[in-house]
Amino acid sequence: MDLASILLGGLASGMVLFVVSVGLSVTMGLMGFVNLAHGGFAMLGGYAVALLMRHAGLPFFAALAGAFVVVAAVAVVLERLLYARLYAAAELDQVLFTIGLTFVMIATVTLAVGPESQTLVLPAWLRGQTDLGFLSYRSYSLALIAGGTALMLALWLGLERTRLGAQIRAAVDNRRMAQSLGVDVGRLFTLVFALGSGLAAVGGGIGAEILGLDPQYPLRYLAYFLIVVAVGGLGRVSGVFFAALLIGVLDFVLKVRFPQGGTMFIYALALVFLLLRPQGIFGRRGP
Amino acid sequence: MSAVPPATSPSTLPAALEAARRHRLRAWEALPWVAALGAYFAFPAQLAFGTLVLVTILFALSLDLVLGYAGIVTLGHAAFFGAGAYTVGMLAAHAGWTEPLSGLAAAAAVAGLLGLGSGWVLLRTQGLTLLMLTLSTMALLEQAANMFASWTGGFDGMPGLEFKPILGLFGFDVLYFRSQYLYALAVLFLGFVVLRTVAYSSFGRSLTGIRENLLRMHAVGAPVRARQRAAYAISAAIAGVAGAVFVQTTGYLNLGVLSLDRSAGVLIILILGGYGRLYGAFVGALAYMLLEHSLSKAYPTAWQLGLGLLLMAVALYARNGILGLAAAWRRKWAAR
Amino acid sequence: MIPALLETRALSRSFGALEVARGIDFRLEAGARHALIGPNGAGKTTFVNLLSGALAPSHGRVLLGGEDVTRLALARRVKRGIVRTFQINQLFRGLTVLENVSIAVAERLGAGGDALRPAGRRADVTAEAVRLVESMRLAGDAGRPVAELPYGRQRLVEIAIALGLAPRVLLLDEPAAGIPGAEHHILLDAIAALPREIAVLIIEHDMDLVFRFAGRITVMVGGAIFAEGAPAEIAANAEVRDVYLGAAADA
Repeated sequence: MDLASILLGGLASGMVLFVVSVGLSVTMGLMGFVNLAHGGFAMLGGYAVALLMRHAGLPFFAALAGAFVVVAAVAVVLERLLYARLYAAAELDQVLFTIGLTFVMIATVTLAVGPESQTLVLPAWLRGQTDLGFLSYRSYSLALIAGGTALMLALWLGLERTRLGAQIRAAVDNRRMAQSLGVDVGRLFTLVFALGSGLAAVGGGIGAEILGLDPQYPLRYLAYFLIVVAVGGLGRVSGVFFAALLIGVLDFVLKVRFPQGGTMFIYALALVFLLLRPQGIFGRRGP
Repeated sequence: MSAVPPATSPSTLPAALEAARRHRLRAWEALPWVAALGAYFAFPAQLAFGTLVLVTILFALSLDLVLGYAGIVTLGHAAFFGAGAYTVGMLAAHAGWTEPLSGLAAAAAVAGLLGLGSGWVLLRTQGLTLLMLTLSTMALLEQAANMFASWTGGFDGMPGLEFKPILGLFGFDVLYFRSQYLYALAVLFLGFVVLRTVAYSSFGRSLTGIRENLLRMHAVGAPVRARQRAAYAISAAIAGVAGAVFVQTTGYLNLGVLSLDRSAGVLIILILGGYGRLYGAFVGALAYMLLEHSLSKAYPTAWQLGLGLLLMAVALYARNGILGLAAAWRRKWAAR
Repeated sequence: MIPALLETRALSRSFGALEVARGIDFRLEAGARHALIGPNGAGKTTFVNLLSGALAPSHGRVLLGGEDVTRLALARRVKRGIVRTFQINQLFRGLTVLENVSIAVAERLGAGGDALRPAGRRADVTAEAVRLVESMRLAGDAGRPVAELPYGRQRLVEIAIALGLAPRVLLLDEPAAGIPGAEHHILLDAIAALPREIAVLIIEHDMDLVFRFAGRITVMVGGAIFAEGAPAEIAANAEVRDVYLGAAADA
């Protein structure tokens, strides 16, 4: 496989990692809550897309939108009823709760749909190859790269230019100060949690081609999402973007070069990186 | 000046001093061992399962030292279990070293060193970063074992490992697991003695201090980092011993010993039983494995659903597990 | 000149553009009973943080008995004898009063690293902990978890811990805060009973307590020393009154 193909393939998987992980990064930065069930929302989203397409006959993009709404709604309910009661709890309790929630999600999906891997039928215009001039590459991967970049820009602009974005950034930097300045942090968090989980859902759907979609998805990719978030920095969209791309490309290259156990290098690099720079690529060291 | 009202209750100093003598052996502490020996005679056909329970208890005990006492939240403890397991497995398969007791020593040494090294590096961080790094360390080892398959047997592992009789006398009985059970029980007993001693020592109490209030521990002059590292290394060595016994008694080894499943499993067991209480490991392992044994094979998905719901409920309402609930009920009963 | 027990030279600390400590030169002699007062936000707690090692300075030095301890971390300074109490209690809330004090005493006696002998068997630790608990009139609560105590009694536990560390320099950050007025004498008695060589620095707002306790007073404003002298001088100092009245008017 030549360099350009590898790079494009890596970037495409990186984009999927980004779309799924960005929500986790912002919610963790905002509330300091260790949400190990985030991958579960991505999985639920993927399944929602599959079911909407298969049983409601929705086209691909409509199904993605539908999945976003459904999962965001589920997230709001879970957050208000359950998550909110653990914000002040010890880290261990948060870990325990979210692992339990992940099990519930996995089991529910297995019971409702079955343990098999799901494949999504892509719209015709995304199938096949696109000719870029110097290279012909999978249209879907190219679309992912374009779409992911557009999303990053949209999110970045949203955070930098809107009032809501300013509130989010303020609360991520210093929650108590933001609260004393009048920001309703509780409502902010519900909103961000919903959006983040909705994005994860979309990520689960668009990533089905690359990361697969089966009930074990949340646990299989848990470490990856956490690494992307930790390396990217909590609450830093651009950091998560570059971290996701970096890990996506690395992972792709390693899987090609060392199909058995190549991912150990990702863990090794994450270890070294986080020891040297625990706050992530763009994060700021705490006071 | 008016007299200062005395403390509202009579001196609780005697009660406090009595509590300080917690280390004294109580009669009921013999129960688990009597029960374990009783099980040997009462359930001769279930000793393979029993051996697994004993190994798991030892593993959970080791986790209790770092998690229950020192307050270090880790999802990667299987790294040490696996280190011990692979040490024994590789020595047996490649060096023909199948003497069990020295194998245990080797496993403890390797796992302990790994714990010392990784603790030295990881315990500079805390919270999510630490959690993530413990997970990454374990995943790193898992993938390394996968990659160097010629050494480790890779994904398929090493089935059919055989070990020499213990002390040249007690051979492993593949069919009924008689020697294995007693061997595991003996190792568990020794491991428990070590952990109980550490837990009730001044060092163990300082770990509790670190867990309860890190800043205050620094402010009393304790070398916090060094204590954490020591606890982590001791715990790692014992987890390694548990892994070694696992391989020696079952004769089977694969990547599962280094998996997230195993780490999460032992964490769940400890919390269900009650962490920071030593005996929580016993209660949790027995309860969990009995339930899993009967339900998980028959209805695996329902089991996972039920377990997930249980964990959520525990996190919300019963964070101190079965023993914690028992203690709360006992207090309520005494207060009536 | 004999070195002071605790001394700072040009001690400064800033966070970006915010200077919280400006070139502080301070001496604390052995046996001192020294009070640090000043309006809110003057930097008193920051100064104690710098002295104890909770905060590293941007410039300047901290010396203990003539020895430069600026680079030493908090725990190391405690071992050398610089002990502080916190403005808000820092206790082991789930443990009993006796256990709280015992942990501190154990560290001081070097028993904290002992992984073999049961904690309860160390008679030296237990005896000293009991003595401290009784000296702070906490015997009645000795066996209760700290979290169950009223805040004022918790404060006394905080003091007991500090005393259990055998300090050479004792830094008390608002020790009386939360202790009901009728029990202030327990605090004062404990301080009066301290060995003469110990230097004690108190941050306080309760002027009654300050004037009963202090042999010398330092007034801090805006991160710098504003005035320093015997209590009578400070009480008579018009500028000090203005600073306080001015602050009270803004409050």
